[in-house]
Amino acid sequence: MTERFVVSIDQGTTSTRCIVFDRRGQLVSLAQQEHKQFFPRPGWVEHDAMEIWRNVERLAPRVLRRAGIGLDQVAALGIANQRETTVLWDASTGVPIGRAIIWQDTRTDALVHELSARPGAKEVEERSGLPLATYFSGPRLMWILEHTPGLRERAERGEVLCGTMETWLIWKLTGGVDGGRHVTDVTNASRTMLLDVRTLRWSRESLDFFGIPAAMLPEVRPSVGVFGTAVAAFPGVRIGAALGDQQAALFGQTCFTPGEAKCTYGTGSFLLLNTGTELVPAQNGLLSTVAYQIAGEPAAYALEGSIAITGSLVQWFRDQLELISSAPEIETLARTVADNGGCYIVPAFSGLYAPYWRSEARGVIVGLTSYITKGHLARAVLEATAWQTREVVDAMNANSGLALRTLKVDGGMTADNLLMQMIANVLDVPLVRPLAVETVSLGAAYGAGLAVGYWPDLDGLRQNWHIAGQWMPAMDPSVRDHEYANWRRAVERTFDWIQPAQ
Amino acid sequence: MPGTVQSIERAAAILRTLAGGPGRLGLSEIARTLDLAKGTTHGILRTLQLVGFVEQDRNSGQYQLGGALLHLGTSYLDINELRSRSINWADPLAARSGESVRIGTVLEGQVLVVHHVFRPDDTFQTLDVGTLLPLHATALGKVLLAYRAGGVGVPMEIERFTRKTITDPKPLAAALEGVREAGFAMEIEELTLGQAAIAAPIRGYGGLVVGAIGISGPVERLCDSHYRPHPKLITNVRDAARAVSRDLGATR
Repeated sequence: MTERFVVSIDQGTTSTRCIVFDRRGQLVSLAQQEHKQFFPRPGWVEHDAMEIWRNVERLAPRVLRRAGIGLDQVAALGIANQRETTVLWDASTGVPIGRAIIWQDTRTDALVHELSARPGAKEVEERSGLPLATYFSGPRLMWILEHTPGLRERAERGEVLCGTMETWLIWKLTGGVDGGRHVTDVTNASRTMLLDVRTLRWSRESLDFFGIPAAMLPEVRPSVGVFGTAVAAFPGVRIGAALGDQQAALFGQTCFTPGEAKCTYGTGSFLLLNTGTELVPAQNGLLSTVAYQIAGEPAAYALEGSIAITGSLVQWFRDQLELISSAPEIETLARTVADNGGCYIVPAFSGLYAPYWRSEARGVIVGLTSYITKGHLARAVLEATAWQTREVVDAMNANSGLALRTLKVDGGMTADNLLMQMIANVLDVPLVRPLAVETVSLGAAYGAGLAVGYWPDLDGLRQNWHIAGQWMPAMDPSVRDHEYANWRRAVERTFDWIQPAQ
Repeated sequence: MPGTVQSIERAAAILRTLAGGPGRLGLSEIARTLDLAKGTTHGILRTLQLVGFVEQDRNSGQYQLGGALLHLGTSYLDINELRSRSINWADPLAARSGESVRIGTVLEGQVLVVHHVFRPDDTFQTLDVGTLLPLHATALGKVLLAYRAGGVGVPMEIERFTRKTITDPKPLAAALEGVREAGFAMEIEELTLGQAAIAAPIRGYGGLVVGAIGISGPVERLCDSHYRPHPKLITNVRDAARAVSRDLGATR
């Protein structure tokens, strides 16, 4: 019998990657393609959805060739995607309407400000489990409808479809204009502000609040369950799962039991805590979100602490300041000095997410003196990720009433040893890395494999999880307290920077 | 006598032109100076850029000598970059072999551990990153010595750790020759009694060896009853080394 595998597509913020996994959940081959980032105005970030689809078509044969396998050996396909990114397209031609607007985009700033004062705003937040913020796709969709003449009428007639990236990819994979399936999964739907997170259906009232025609929305489906069979890119392969990337990472880390948490370090960083089948109302700037739903079972929920800028601060340091030539060199540069020299960088590039949710905040570098070198700046860049994690963990502990004892970490930044040690130090708990850094892709693969019976059950998946590395805290408590106080003073200096238009 | 390679002559001429120039030069300027076709010049410049000998200014698009030329004697690959690029392939090696994985480069005549993946049995283990190991008594070190990674040579003083440590220059040279022939290195109880290791070279562009990746564990798990390493484990290590090398731009 020939060996079979599961393939996942991770449609991320900076790149799209296809990965082939074996039965042990180990990576067999990987193919990756970056896509263009458009910054048409300050605060605006866009992607070309067609470019992303073409990348998927190109990556599919490449990743199979690298694994030395054929399509007949692929048991299922899973999709994980950047969340909240919104794309609209013409139902009859399949051509995107404008560019996809990315989760980091803050163009809805004024709109969100205005919406939050309208009657019904509190109820929208209550139903969706999310605060009104530029981060989520509902306000974004409203903005597009308001800024494109004639679009709302066309949407009402069903001529225009919308979705997050997994919706776009599944539609294209299953045939596009020739019978493509217009579907989304509960995790992605839970990030729109349009879903009632308790009933897992689009909320009529929320749609009315944002003025969004129901006809343009995809059908909401469980995350794990067959969505359809691909006719393009991976023809003949069943699509077994779709999850927002952070929920996929929670699944990939096999956090199936209430109380289990993980933090994924990528462009942004996201700490998710499984809270079981009961939705726990979020406090302290956290979000209530759907963790996953297996077809035929009740949904599992999570509390989420979202940090907008972590890895992208390193990218900014590399591409905009040009102080390093590759991202991993940040560690080399940071190790040229013993401490931050009194310098702090708060990367509120698109406002601050958890636990503050301040859309009007903008980034600062404070504590500059003539003593500061690029080495100190590199340290401040890494420390920003560590302290932002600490703030989210503090909020999580307060909200759940439990104290985190270890933190499971994953994502590309776990290759940075100095950063991992810093995080263990400021949290004062051990950090554990599993034997799979690519947990986003792995979670999508796990879901897809479960849906088609490639893996029998959740316990089978748990047996694949092993500790690959561990960092123990080693920091003087008085230093930790002092530095944390400095960090919080630095954060306060980002507030109220953007002022509402007069 | 074999003939000369024209593109290397041209590359040398381009480097001399850049070194002699006032600072940065544009593509057409370089092509005109050397009377070369623009396409040819561009191809050579891009290759030189890839290996770090030439840098291109992002705004003007002009070329200048690269920083790597000034540090020809030192390793060209940042150790944190090496870890970052190999992390995806070290994990599967640990999963498939069931043993701990280490990646090493040369630092001051020793092996510097730049990445470490725990043995996947969930027992308590401590991260070894930053630890220094002897070159002659480890599989990682023998690979680095055999392929002269970072220009390293056999150390003058060879310390004995166990009865099996190879301390005489002649047998050591023979062992290194064996490594080059086989494409991998092994070490059986040469550093610690009861322990064994297998390692293979990580190559960058042009085949340059920039590091070594290997597994280590008890002799009875890595070797058969005749003290020979299990062929399956050797294959696992070599496959992982090849996967990292491919990501780093090695052609084979």
